[in-house]
Amino acid sequence: MHKLLTDKPGESMFLLGNEAIARGAMEAGVAFTSTYPGTPSSELSLNFFQMSRESDLYFEYSTNEKVSLEVAAAAANSGVRSMCMMKHVGLNVAADVLMTLAYVGVTGGLVILTADDPFMFSSQNEQDNRYYAKFGGLPMMEPSSVEEAKEMVKDAFELSEKLKRPVLFRTTTRINHSTSVVTLGELPARKTKGDFIKDPMRCVTVPAVSRGLHVKLLADLKKAQEMAEASPWNFVEGKGSLGIIANGVSYTYAADAVKDLGASERIKILRMGFANPMPVAMIKDFLKGCEKVLVIEEGEPFMEEAVKAFAQEEGLTLPIAGKDEKLFSRLFEFDPAMVRKNIASFFDIALDAPAPVNAQGVPDLPIRPPTLCAGCSHRSVFYAAKKACEGMDVVFPSDIGCYTLGFLPPLGMGDFVVCMGASSGTACGFSTVTDKKVVAFVGDSTFFHSGLSGLINGVFNNHNYTLVILDNRTTAMTGHQPNPGVDMTELAMENYNTVDIEAIVKAIGVKHVSTIRAFNVKKAIETIQEAVAFEGISVIIVKEKCALYAKNLKQLKGKPFQVNPDKCKNHMECINALGCPAFYVKDGKPGIHAHVCVGCALCAQACPENAIVPARSL
Amino acid sequence: MEPKRLIIVAVGGQGNLLASHVLGEAALMSGVPVRMSEIHGMAQRGGVVESALVFGDAKSTIISDGEADLFVSFEPCEALRALKKCNANTVAITNTRPLPPFTAFIGRGTYPDLETVTETLKNKTGRLIAFDATALAEEAGNPMCLNMVLLGTLIGTGVLPITADSIREAIRTRTKADFVEMNLAAFEKGFARAA
Ligand SMILES: Cc1ncc(C[n+]2csc(CCOP(=O)(O)OP(=O)(O)O)c2C)c(N)n1
Ligand code: SF4
Repeated sequence: MHKLLTDKPGESMFLLGNEAIARGAMEAGVAFTSTYPGTPSSELSLNFFQMSRESDLYFEYSTNEKVSLEVAAAAANSGVRSMCMMKHVGLNVAADVLMTLAYVGVTGGLVILTADDPFMFSSQNEQDNRYYAKFGGLPMMEPSSVEEAKEMVKDAFELSEKLKRPVLFRTTTRINHSTSVVTLGELPARKTKGDFIKDPMRCVTVPAVSRGLHVKLLADLKKAQEMAEASPWNFVEGKGSLGIIANGVSYTYAADAVKDLGASERIKILRMGFANPMPVAMIKDFLKGCEKVLVIEEGEPFMEEAVKAFAQEEGLTLPIAGKDEKLFSRLFEFDPAMVRKNIASFFDIALDAPAPVNAQGVPDLPIRPPTLCAGCSHRSVFYAAKKACEGMDVVFPSDIGCYTLGFLPPLGMGDFVVCMGASSGTACGFSTVTDKKVVAFVGDSTFFHSGLSGLINGVFNNHNYTLVILDNRTTAMTGHQPNPGVDMTELAMENYNTVDIEAIVKAIGVKHVSTIRAFNVKKAIETIQEAVAFEGISVIIVKEKCALYAKNLKQLKGKPFQVNPDKCKNHMECINALGCPAFYVKDGKPGIHAHVCVGCALCAQACPENAIVPARSL
Repeated sequence: MEPKRLIIVAVGGQGNLLASHVLGEAALMSGVPVRMSEIHGMAQRGGVVESALVFGDAKSTIISDGEADLFVSFEPCEALRALKKCNANTVAITNTRPLPPFTAFIGRGTYPDLETVTETLKNKTGRLIAFDATALAEEAGNPMCLNMVLLGTLIGTGVLPITADSIREAIRTRTKADFVEMNLAAFEKGFARAA
């Protein structure tokens, strides 16, 4: 049985934040869940996916975040408790639904989880999604710890049903990816079927309807604010005339710091958990009891600006600080020592902290960037594309997935990456205004997510580029989630269909389409050259399963290769051109780690001396 | 309980996350408050994996530079890279078996020599235990038991309020059945190295 289905209320478990949130949602009786994967939210979905196979919970991997939220919005408008989760940038994709769904509301609880990523551990930006709550007029909750996240998510469902509005649940990486001891609660029965009661004056957002809906939304926000004033998730701890206002993990750093500084009698902390709309009266009250206030929040000055405005309304002139060159930055994540230091300096408290070791005498170290796995099909395609385009001036727009790593040396493939699906769209612009050839790369999951619309644009507007679809049969980067092209029977799962990329590409009118495997380098080079020579949109689909996914499915059959020392003339082409982690150099000679090599034979084709051969043949 | 802070660094695939989970479970069994955070975005693509474990009464789950009481590295070069987590009193443990990153082979940076690594660590921390932990794992039956060897050494230092017995119990219940005996053997070998 899945561990999160353990029906032992009161038992303690050591759970990852994402597991704790999943458990909390189950304890709230969530019945319908949907997502498009994205770090740091992915394990949350994985747990729902697994639990859906053992229970009556519904879960789906949707094609993208917008679709995912639409699916959940309908379920929640049929009275079924639903949850939709995504990474922060996913909410940009879903924003169109979100902003008007806020007007329409829901009949069953809907919690939308946004997993923000300060410092961009695995993201292309570090946008602060609290602004979506303000922008859309959505109630928002923000936990500070793993334990709290589990309890708070239950309350988020209650709140959503009380207000009949979707609730935004905002986490950051350090909540999703922290692990703590959590106490299990009851698992209620789920209500998996609902009914949609037609209500066009609420559900059909023509202008005349929406004008009324916006009025109602603002009125509901007033109600929500009253709830925030009374919410136990907004609380004051400690005492004194110095004040801290903090949210999320910043609160934990502040609480530890106040204790470490021995200042619990001098500093009080207002913790914001029900974070939008803000509890204005509570904050004003807090300010009135303070001489000085420090606002501690990662990201943007979301609370700070509001708090300063509240002070102005009350005619309060106490110093209020937060984002400041000498205090907190809008960049990256915070840490306990930084928060302690800023609290000490702002409130003028003596600080005694251990000094980190100095870096003197530490030699420069070779960096250890993540690399494509040994046997990764993307490596072979990039190598072939580089060879195919040798001597040509080519722009290579790329996209988001494992293959983004191809931009690193030695492959160096990928010139422009902004967001998912942008390869096929940006290729249109590059090919129009430069005289260069354009070869764009997109993964299968990303193609379905939003790459398809750029390609249709290319066909319709008669652009001139080659799109290489790296169809590795999975969503690799985020942990091998299914996508519409995946054969679900391989995962022993029935009741799915498989969408054929080649059929789509042909159906939209692409005139030059080829489908190849990844590891026949000569064929790949020829195919790319032909496609690049074609005037108009050409598409190459490289159908080759992700090596790591194949390994997990126990389908990887290749045997390791070896460098034949008698034949090797030390050209180092294998080392310098491929960047494969199975290789090492010892005494100036290349070698292959047998336990890493999966036998893809790319290096054997790249070696000018044919010195790389299957290990057993030597 | 006064907080004790532990940083574990490793290269993706070295099994650091399992080690930290075993440790967390053992703390739970022993009633020691524990919080952990992990950065493992690209663990499977050979990047660096870092876990932070905070035992005792603290709310934070991450550890700032200079604040590790205990520091464990699965790879010598990574020990140096993460050295700023240590202070002059930190008890540091490092495997001395190198796993050079690919960049060192293509001429982007040079892998430091082992003597520099251990000398630097020794000079800058309170106590250093450096040894070829991979060799001990191989002796125990599988290089993948490296995590259990280092876990043994870590517990052997006595810095954490967690008993060897609770770790043994967590190894029995939390690691794959086929591996339990090997893992326990590796743990004992590592434990003995801390003496
Ligand atoms: C809008 C948005 N949603 C989700 C993500 C997280 N994400 C990064 S890469 C990726 C999927 C890549 O899959 P695919 O295109 O098949 O490439 P692969 O990793 O398999 O090579 C996802 C979902 C993101 N960066 N942006
Ligand atoms: S996980 Fe798959 S797609 Fe990603 S680098 Fe490894 S083999 Fe390539």
